[in-house]
Amino acid sequence: MTPGIEHFLTVGALLFCLGLAISLSKRNAIGVLMGVELMLNAVNLTLITFSRFAVSPNPIAGHTFVVFILTVAAAEAAVALALAVAVYRNRETIDVDRLNLLRS
Amino acid sequence: MEGFGPSFAFWVLAALTLVAAGGVMVSRNLLHAVLFLILTFIGVAGFFVLLSADFIAMAQVIIYVGAIAVLVLFAVLLTPRSGRDNGETRWALPGILLAVCLAAIFLFVVHDTAWNTVDEAPAGLDARALGTALLTTWVVPFEIASVLLTAALVGAIMLTRSPEEEAEDALV
Repeated sequence: MTPGIEHFLTVGALLFCLGLAISLSKRNAIGVLMGVELMLNAVNLTLITFSRFAVSPNPIAGHTFVVFILTVAAAEAAVALALAVAVYRNRETIDVDRLNLLRS
Repeated sequence: MEGFGPSFAFWVLAALTLVAAGGVMVSRNLLHAVLFLILTFIGVAGFFVLLSADFIAMAQVIIYVGAIAVLVLFAVLLTPRSGRDNGETRWALPGILLAVCLAAIFLFVVHDTAWNTVDEAPAGLDARALGTALLTTWVVPFEIASVLLTAALVGAIMLTRSPEEEAEDALV
């Protein structure tokens, strides 16, 4: 069975939903961040799939989007992990359900 | 995309990527979850090669497998007391339910749409075309991205400084 656009989009959709489930359900802030990275990867896969299969006068545009997403993902990972380390230094935990200082 | 090779590569990569992503979900030890995450990134890089995006695949391996995975590993090792447990909150079940519903919608849309596709890979998907596009059409977002990277670098350094280091800087 030759893989077509539906197969690649299916993998991208399943990967995105797995990342969503991980980032919504994990207790550890680093686990949440790993879910976000999976979702970004799934979006990249979908963009590259459309760039390869779609009838377009300018197919390189999808690749350009992916380059920018990679850049922003790297910046996001650096800042989020620095935040996790800073929060751990102050609170001795990075469990997102125990970071409830603002709860009255 | 004809022939046995691409089909075989697709199914192997799909199994590898989705099983590794499931491993991130179910593994109890956060270090094992990070290793599964690296495996997922490698699988996605394989998909990029299969979709004739060579430069993006190289960037994926260098940035995700090389840089982001090492960052996540460092963060796990720098938060020792709470860093090993990969458990769920009590909102896990609603989150998983939402993800399953979203997956059902996505799969319905993907398989119900009549996609207007090409069989052969379109010309001009190489690194030369990507570089030309980045430095002509999208040169302003390109420069903004470099400013964003610098800001993120400075911000990450500022966030992780200890109070002693800040006190030393204040004296000078």
